Amino acid sequence: MGRVLLYAFLLLMAGFFLLPVYLVILTALKEPAKITLETVWQWPHPPYWESFRTAWEAFRPKFQNSVVLATSATLLSALVGSLNGYVLAKWPFRGSGLLFALILFGMFIPYQSILIPLFQFMKSIGLYGNLFGLVLVHVIYGIPIVTLIFRNYYSEIPDELVEAARIDGAGFFGIFRHVILPLSVPAFVVVAIWQFTQIWNEFLFAVTLTRPESQPITVALAQLAGGEAVKWNLPMAGAILAALPTLLVYIFLGRYFLRGLLAGSVKG
Amino acid sequence: MRDRITAFLVLLPSLLAIGIFVYGFIGQNLWVSLTDWGKDPAQALALRPELRFVGLENYRELFTGFVDVRFRQSVVNLIFFTLFFMAGSLGLGLLLALAVDRAPKGEGFFRTVFLFPMALSFVVTGTIWRWMLQPQGGVNVLPTLFGLPPLSFPWLATREQVLVFDWNHLPFYTALAVALVLLYVAHAAYREGERRRFLWALFSAGVLLLWAFTLGRGLKLLPYPETHGFSLALVGVILAAIWQMAGYTMALYLAGLRGIPVEVLEAARVDGASEWQLFRRVIFPMLAPITLSAMIVLGHIALKIFDLIFAMAGLDYAPTDVPAIYMYLLAFRGNQFAKGAAIGILLLLLVAVVVIPYLASQLRKEVRR
Repeated sequence: MGRVLLYAFLLLMAGFFLLPVYLVILTALKEPAKITLETVWQWPHPPYWESFRTAWEAFRPKFQNSVVLATSATLLSALVGSLNGYVLAKWPFRGSGLLFALILFGMFIPYQSILIPLFQFMKSIGLYGNLFGLVLVHVIYGIPIVTLIFRNYYSEIPDELVEAARIDGAGFFGIFRHVILPLSVPAFVVVAIWQFTQIWNEFLFAVTLTRPESQPITVALAQLAGGEAVKWNLPMAGAILAALPTLLVYIFLGRYFLRGLLAGSVKG
Repeated sequence: MRDRITAFLVLLPSLLAIGIFVYGFIGQNLWVSLTDWGKDPAQALALRPELRFVGLENYRELFTGFVDVRFRQSVVNLIFFTLFFMAGSLGLGLLLALAVDRAPKGEGFFRTVFLFPMALSFVVTGTIWRWMLQPQGGVNVLPTLFGLPPLSFPWLATREQVLVFDWNHLPFYTALAVALVLLYVAHAAYREGERRRFLWALFSAGVLLLWAFTLGRGLKLLPYPETHGFSLALVGVILAAIWQMAGYTMALYLAGLRGIPVEVLEAARVDGASEWQLFRRVIFPMLAPITLSAMIVLGHIALKIFDLIFAMAGLDYAPTDVPAIYMYLLAFRGNQFAKGAAIGILLLLLVAVVVIPYLASQLRKEVRR
C-alpha cells in the first residue's frame, strides 16, 4: 500500500516536471499555422523540423555570443579563483580573514543595488554594448563564489606539502604550479561547471549592458517571446537551443554540478 | 618574505575589483538615490548631468507619493511571491526528498528529472511557462485529454486581487507581524530557560503591540485609502518558480537525510518510536539547519527575482510587478535614475536583513570550531 502511494506520487511529480518539456518539444515541431490553443497537446503529423532551422538562423549570432561569453568568462574566473583561493588558504596574512569575508559579501548583494553605477561606469570606459565588457563584469562578480570554492578546497590540502616544497626551495608560483595545480582538477571542474551554467543563464547584466549585436541568447529569447503575435514554435525551438548547453552539462557532469550547487549552502 | 608580498600582490587585483565594483558602486548608488537625477529633463540629455542633493525625497515618494502606486503594489507582490515561493519549494522539495530517499526503483531517474530545471535559465523557464499558462491553452486544456471540462483560471491574464488591505495600515500590520515573531522568540527563550532573553522579547513585543493599537492605527501614510493585495496573476509565476527550484531543495534535503546516521534511526525504532514520531522528533530537528540554509538561498532568489517575470509577463504588466522590474523600468526606460537607485538600495537592505544574521551565525560557528 505504502509502496503504491510512493510510486503514484513519484510518477505524478515526474509528470509535473516533464510535461512542460513535452509541450516545448511538441510545439517546436509544429507548423506555425497549425498551432491552435485547443490542440496544443496533440503530437504534430508530420513533425515540422523547419522550426529548428529558422530558430537556429535567427539565434546563431546570439548563441555564438553566449559561447564566447560563457567560455572566456569561465576560464578567467576559474584562474582568478584558484589564485585567490591559494593565497587565502596557504599564505594567510594579518587581516586576510576579514578581507575574505568582505569579498564573500559580494556574493549576496542584489545586483540591482549596483546596476546604475555599473551601467554608467561601463559607458564611461567605452565597454557598454561590448561583449568583453560583459565578460569583465561576470569575472568580477564571480570572484566571491570562485574564491570561496577554491579556498575551501585548498584548505583540505595538508600544509605539510606546501612546507616541504618550500624547504626544497620552491617559491610562491613554484608551489602553485607543482604542488597545488596538479591537485586541483576536481575544484576546477566544479567551478567551471558552476560558472558556465550561471553565466550562460544570466539575464540582468546581459539585458542592461549589451546592444543587439552583442546580446547573449537569453536576452534574444526573452525579446522574441515577449513580442506581440509570436508564432510559438520559434520561441520554443529557441528555448531548446538556449537550454541545450547547460542541460548537456547537467546530464553528463551532474555529479559535479550538484557539488557546485551545494558548495555555498550546506557547509557548517 | 618575498613570497608573502607576492601572495598579497596576487590577491590585490581582486580586492580592488571588489572594492570598486561592490563597495564603491553601492556607495555611488546610495549617493545617486539621494539626488534628483531624472527629475530635470536637461539631465537626461547631458553627458555629465548636474545632480542636486534632495535627501530622502525619492524614498518618501516611493512609499507615499501619488505617482508611485505601482511601486507599492510591487512591494506587496514581492512579499506574497517570496512567502508562497519559499513555502512551496520547501514543502515540495521535502516531499520529493522523502520519496526519493525510500530508494524506489529508478531512483536515479527520478532524481535527475526533479533536479534538471535547475540547469535551465529563468528566461527559458519563463518562456516555457508563459506558453503553458495561456488562458485558452496549455495547462487549462489538459483535463480535456481525459474527457474533463477545461480549467478556466486565466493565470497571468487575471487582474484579480485577494487579501486586499489599505496601504495606510501597513505600519500596523508590520508592527503586528514583528510582535508575533518576538512573542515566538520569547516563547522559545522561556522553554530554554533563558530568562533575560525571554523578558526582553516579551517587553519589546508588548511595546510594539501597544504602539500598533494606539498610535499605529491612527498613522496615515497617504491622505486617501489605497488598496493593495495578493495579485492572482502571480500564482502562475510562483508555480513556474517552484518548478525550477523544488529540485534544488530536494537535493539539499536529500543530502541531509543521507547524513542522518542509521544507528540513530535504529535506536529510535528500538525504543518503540512510530514512523510519525520518528519524523517529528528525530528527522525534522536534524533537517532544521538545512531548512534554514534553503530558506536563505530561496529568499535571496525571491527578493531579486527579475528574469522570470521579465520572460513571463514583460516589463509593462503591473499585476506581476516586483521592485526589481519596476527599478529596471524606471532607470533604463524612464531615465529616472535616482528613483531606480533608491529601489536598488531598498532591495539591498531587504537582502541584508535576511543574509547578515545568517552569515554572522555561520561565522561564529566557524570560530567555535
